[in-house]
Amino acid sequence: MIDLMLKAALLFAGAGLVLAAWRMLRGPDAPNRAVALDVMTLITVPLMVGVAMASGRAVYLDVALVYAVLAFLGVVALARYYERGL
Amino acid sequence: MESHGILAFIGAALTLLGSIFLFLGALGIFRMPDVYNRMQAGTKATTLGNMLTLLGLGLLIPGWLPKIITIVLFVLITNPISSHALARAAHRHGVKLASGSVLDALSDDEKAAGIEPGTAGQPDPASMAGEVEG
Repeated sequence: MIDLMLKAALLFAGAGLVLAAWRMLRGPDAPNRAVALDVMTLITVPLMVGVAMASGRAVYLDVALVYAVLAFLGVVALARYYERGL
Repeated sequence: MESHGILAFIGAALTLLGSIFLFLGALGIFRMPDVYNRMQAGTKATTLGNMLTLLGLGLLIPGWLPKIITIVLFVLITNPISSHALARAAHRHGVKLASGSVLDALSDDEKAAGIEPGTAGQPDPASMAGEVEG
């Protein structure tokens, strides 16, 4: 039962990743792509924790944390760039 | 190390619920008509989905809960900031609202203040020169 629920969760998260990737590839302008990238990183962080759980290595949690930090900095830098240039 | 019984069931249920929220947020990104609506659907729903999914995974392995709560708190604090910065950048970048929109309060405020809408973020040459000297 628990295994089935986790597999369904993986399916939903993967489908969401595909939809956000479609918007990032087809988005009509740059802010649309940045929003889609933000959503993709938010979906990827739980998937990384899931990988850490599947492989049983607690070290991979640090990878997810650092990825969240760097994604935040990247999105803020992109927003600043759209607003007034570098 | 791994939890069993009711705690594991609650964790798996939270993970499933959170991933449904993640999927709905991405569906909003896919379907909504303009960038502000996409931001609304994409960032709020995915923040909640992210937190629920991470907490559910943390309940499955309680030993990892402190580090997972660190990630959850970080996402809870930073994601509204980044989406706010993106929304302001998109508005000042000149992205138009969808055709059915009825209210744009920021443009109205900019017109009332005598600023050309969509240019409030541009630095004017005088202040730039002052920054260089200072």
